[in-house]
This record gives sequence, C-alpha cells and structure tokens, in this order.
Amino acid sequence: MNTKSIMIVGVGGQGSLLASRLIGNVLLAQGYDVKVSEVHGMSQRGGSVVTYVKYGDEVFSPVIEKGEADVIISFELLEAARWVPYLKKGGKLITSTQTLDPMPVITGAAEYPAEIVSKLEALGITVTAIDALKLAEEAGNAKASNVVLMGKVASQTDFDDKLWQDAIEQCVPPKFLELNKKAFELGKNA
Amino acid sequence: MKKLMLGNEAFARGLYEAGVTVASSYPGTPSTEITEYTAKYDEVYAEWAPNEKVAMEVAIGASIAGSRAFCAMKHVGLNVAADPLYTVSYTGVNAGLVIAVADDPGMHSSQNEQDSRHHAIASKVMMIEPSDSAECKDWVKKAYDLSEEFDTPVIVRMCTRVAHSQSSVELCDRVEPAQKEYVKNAQKYVMVPANAKVRHPFVEERTEKIRKYSENCEFNKVIDNGGKIGIITSGISYQYAREAMGDKASYLKLGIVNPLPVELIKDFCAKYETVYVIEELDDIIETHCKALGLDVKGKELFGYIGEFSQAVVAEKLLGEKNEFASFPENVPVRPPVMCAGCPHRGLFYCLSKNKVTVSGDIGCYTLGASAPLSSIDTTICMGASISALHGMNKARGAEFEKKSVAVIGDSTFMHSGITGLVNIAYNATNSTVIILDNSITGMTGHQQNPTTGKNLKGDPAAAVNLEELCKAVGIKRVRVVDPYNLAETEAAIKEELAAEEPSVIISRRPCALLKYVQHKPALKVVNDKCKGCKMCLKLGCPAISVKNGKAVIEHTQCVGCGICTEVCKFDAISE
Repeated sequence: MNTKSIMIVGVGGQGSLLASRLIGNVLLAQGYDVKVSEVHGMSQRGGSVVTYVKYGDEVFSPVIEKGEADVIISFELLEAARWVPYLKKGGKLITSTQTLDPMPVITGAAEYPAEIVSKLEALGITVTAIDALKLAEEAGNAKASNVVLMGKVASQTDFDDKLWQDAIEQCVPPKFLELNKKAFELGKNA
Repeated sequence: MKKLMLGNEAFARGLYEAGVTVASSYPGTPSTEITEYTAKYDEVYAEWAPNEKVAMEVAIGASIAGSRAFCAMKHVGLNVAADPLYTVSYTGVNAGLVIAVADDPGMHSSQNEQDSRHHAIASKVMMIEPSDSAECKDWVKKAYDLSEEFDTPVIVRMCTRVAHSQSSVELCDRVEPAQKEYVKNAQKYVMVPANAKVRHPFVEERTEKIRKYSENCEFNKVIDNGGKIGIITSGISYQYAREAMGDKASYLKLGIVNPLPVELIKDFCAKYETVYVIEELDDIIETHCKALGLDVKGKELFGYIGEFSQAVVAEKLLGEKNEFASFPENVPVRPPVMCAGCPHRGLFYCLSKNKVTVSGDIGCYTLGASAPLSSIDTTICMGASISALHGMNKARGAEFEKKSVAVIGDSTFMHSGITGLVNIAYNATNSTVIILDNSITGMTGHQQNPTTGKNLKGDPAAAVNLEELCKAVGIKRVRVVDPYNLAETEAAIKEELAAEEPSVIISRRPCALLKYVQHKPALKVVNDKCKGCKMCLKLGCPAISVKNGKAVIEHTQCVGCGICTEVCKFDAISE
C-alpha cells in the first residue's frame, strides 16, 4: 500500500509524544513499516509542536509536507488552523476544542481567531471536534486529553481495540494506567 | 524481535550490542537521548561530563586503556571538543572509539546550523552517517570494528530527523569483546612534536586506506533503477530523495561521508545523463565531485539553508507541488515560552524593569529574550555570557558596568562559565554575574550536572557548592536570592550593580517541571478588584491572559508560583 500520513499537532507540554508513540505501536503491531518523527528541545517549551506518523509497506522520509497528511490530530484549535495546509485534499481533521493563547495574543500583538471550527469546515474539511480537556478531567487528570483524543482516533479507524490497549500498557507508567484507559474509553465514545 | 526505536535509542542499543563499557557525554539537542538510553544498560558505565571536551577526553582515556568507549554531543559541542579530536586522530585508538555528533539543520534547538562534516575532514577522522534507526544500531556496531581495524576514532553523524524519528529495529545480543591489553606506547600516545611527526604520515596513509575501503563496502550502496537521473546523497537526504523520486532515479547512497570514495562516484556519474547531489547544509559531496571534474548539480538548486524534504526534492527535480488549503485568517505564531512557574521569569522581570543590558547564554533562560520580557541582548555560545560581559565592560567602562549583567544557568556555568568568571576576578571588571540555579539542566530535558548532587543514573554524587566555588576564584560578593521573591531579587540586582567590585548573584529555585517540586493550587483573579491594567501581562506568563478587559488565569497551566500577586497593585489575584 501507499504510505499514509498522520500528523499530531499541539502546544509543547500537551503530550503529543505519548500520543504518537501509541499510534506508532498500534501500526507496528498491525504489521506496517512505521516512522514517527518528533521534535525535542526548545520547541517543547510551550511552542507549537508537531509529530509525524507515517506507515505503509516501506516508509522513507519521516516528515510530512504541505498537502500530504491523511489525518491531522490537533490538541488545540489554533494549532489546527496553523497546520491545516498540511492536510491532503479529502483528509480528516480531529481536534480538541481546547484553546491556549500564544504569547502574541497574551501581549495583545495578535488576536486569537474566532469560530475556527466553522472556518475550517468552510474549506471543505471534515472536522471532528471534541472537548478532550473536559473528558480528561472527567477521567481524573487534565493531562490525559492526549489519550482522550487517541480514543477518538481509535473510534474512526478499524484497528483492533486490543492493539490500542496493548500500546497503552506499553507506553504508560503503571500508576497512570487506569486513568489513561478511562480517558481512552471516554474519547472513543465521545 | 522488531521494535520501534528512536534513532538515538537505536544508537544506544548499538553501543550496548558492540560491547561498549564506558560512555561520557554532555547533553545537547538532538543528541541527548543516546546517552540517557545507554545509561539504562547496566553493562555500560555512562556519565554526564561537565562539557564535551571532558567527555571526549574521558572516552579517549578509556579507549587507550583498552575498553570500547563512546562520547556524544551536538554539533556545537564538537567545537568544544575539537581540541582532543584533532589529536586523537593522530594517536588513534587501542579499543574502539566512537564519537556521536548530532547536527540540527533547520535549527530546531540550536544557535547555528553548522555542518559537522567539516570537522571530520579537517581532523582527518572517518565519519559515517546513518539514515534511519536500523542503520543507527547496525552501523554503530560496525563502527567499532572499523575503529579498531583502521586505528581511528569514528564519528557517527546524526541529524535531528534521524535522532528523533522512530523506525523499526531488529534487536541482537551483546558481544563482549575482551578488554584489550594496556601497553605503554609513548610513540603512539605522547603527542610531542617528535612523535606527532611520525604519526602524521600514518594519518594520511590511513585516510587513503579507508578511502579504498569505501570504494566497495556495505556502507556505500548503489540502487540502480536505470533511467537518466542519478542522485548522490547520504543520511536523511537519501530518505527525502527516495520518497520523492522512487524508481524515477538511481541512487548512490553514501554511508561513509569522510573520506569520500573516488572510483565509486566516477563510475556512478558515468552511467547517468544528469547527476544531482542532494545533501543538507554544505556542499561537501558536491565539491568533492567537482574536484574530480564531474558535472553534477547540487546547491544551485537546493541551497545551503535549512532542512530538505520529499516536497523540496519533488519541486526542484520534477517541478511538482502539492495542493493544499490554508486557514483564511492570520494565525498568530506560537513561539516557545518560559513555562508557568518558571523560576527564571521573576529574575528577567526585574532585569527588564530596570532596563539592564543582559549578556545571555544557552539554556531555557535564552527565552528571556522573547517579548514581553525582551531582556537579553546577546546569545553566542555556551559560557559566552560571562566572558562577553567582561569584554563589554572593558570596552565601555564604569557607567556600563553599572547597568549590565551576565545570566547563565547552573549547568552552563559548570560547562564553560567558570573560566570566564576566573577572568573577571583576575583581570578585574566590576561585572555582575547572575547564575540561574534551577538545580537541573533544563532545556535538554532534565539532565543531572555537577551541581545537582546526583549522577546520570540518579544516584547520589558529590555536588559543587556554587557559592564557595565563586569565592574560591576571587569573587568576594556572592549572594543567593529566591527569584519568586521579586522585591528581594530586584534589591540584590541594584545593590550588586552599584558595588565597586565584581559580584555573583545566585538566583536559586528548582525548575517548576521537576517531579519533586510541589505545586500550589492555581491562582484566581478576583474580578471586582481587577482594573484591567495589564501589569500581570508584563511577566509573559503563558497562564495569564486578558479577556473582556479582565485578567484570566488558565487553571490547567498555573502552578501557583505567585509572582503575579507581587506585581498586581490591586490585590486582584488570590488563591
């Protein structure tokens, strides 16, 4: 099969590394060749962060360029707007409705755009928006919104649920396992 | 067993499987995780050294003593370690010695975009360049054999996209090579002129031997798809080229990037009508080809700046561009910021308020340069804050001294700040140096350092006492402040700037992201009291914004550090 591309975007500190590892492990268990590209260091300090996941028979480049992503998963609305040019025509966008003001908005140098979801839909994009933060808090910790979103992703793909459960067990420390499994279920059913 | 591994994790696995027993590194994005993962193998001794020069010298010592040894650094770290590198090239090794250097094209987390291949060429050291995690692991293992066979250190060149991408790796068992005998050999290891003069011809001969090896070896691979287009490439650029061009081109993928083969390249070029060289950063392969009289195209199309991608290759070679839709409005940028609760914020707020000139350094606190604090005037390299401040003060004199400081983190101070401070004491400027001691190496993701009292494995270790160290080099005025206490911090800055002698302020509070740091509940704005004056916004805290004319604190981000309560004149922020 041709290589498929998934992008995970958000704000440094929101947990996109864990999300990409979950997907990466599910895809590897599914028998695909997989590449997951992360950026560490300075951009993790509250900057815009992006992670690429690519899979297929044989994946070469680990990065995704404009117009190439089959799916974009966004942890924050402004980041969905920022990275939407990377979506392929007919691609899907799954986003949390959480908003976090970047520093230019905080200082008043720029404005946070209004009605982001409807403006994205007006571009002809299929947008699935869920309040992942609220569901994560319901699961017990606001930090689990990354896993809530993965639950939503799982509900839209046809990979075996067991693969997701195994991946969560592999990637999450034991003491946060129950919390994350609950967050995953809440996302799946959202 | 197949496993998804980061390039850096696979590199560490390669070290383990190769039977390495000593590893010494200094953290630096994107190289840091190699050594962190290495430390997880009990069979390997791994440590954080105070800087890259020390790390490399430790590895050299271990190699001479007979154990397979390793050190890692980022590209700019190799500048710090360049001194031992250029001479270990002459001595060669006893047991294998591998040096990892990670370049950062696109500068995701670096102050420049230098190409480390120049160091390999200049020091005449063999360099190999893997293009994915599987190659990281397998090639590192082979690098140890080559190091011992050719009596040379081997540099493994990484880049961000290889170091920080995961791909599948097949795990193997560790081999345990017997420790080599240590025999005193002054002609080989004492590089006084008489001995070095004998070793230099050896180095030149070795380069030719490795070049011959590179003409026909498993690292340099031809993928012949016929056709008219040939592409010479290496590392991550190969992956971009292969994805963009598929079967439409043939490839010469170079795994050994120093020394470069001659006949292999000539033969490849002879087969194709047009040959492109695709390499990020500088034109090393292209220049080599052109020196051989070969007609290749490279930088005229691709340039010297930033990262490439499959889209860049497709556009330049095929004229193809992807279609995409953009958000119809301006999307505000989201630069990295100091975290909510960051202890550096209080200090920079005080410096910014008093319009102090700030000679900056490398670390999280470089973010003090960003608006609204906009506090930092210069950032050059590790340690330069202190030495450059001394230079500024010598150039501009007493008035300037009273309005200027250096800021440097605890880890960076140990790395190369201390020598600058010795210079201030010795050559006498009334400089004010602020050590931002957050009890960890922050930006690279929380590595221990000689001031933290723990080693790489997390075990208790000797801790440098910064106050005593500063006094010992000749600074009499040394004081400690808590940067969460703005009044105390501001008073200390004013007093030390006014003092007629050099001084050090240690701004001490642990990084807010450290697991042992207890956070207070998020603070709240009392709407009745908030006048919307926006004083709190001057802190540049990502948790505080103004909505409908009133300050709002984002409860998922606020860690209750409380410095906003100190700047609010209306008592409008409370628990």
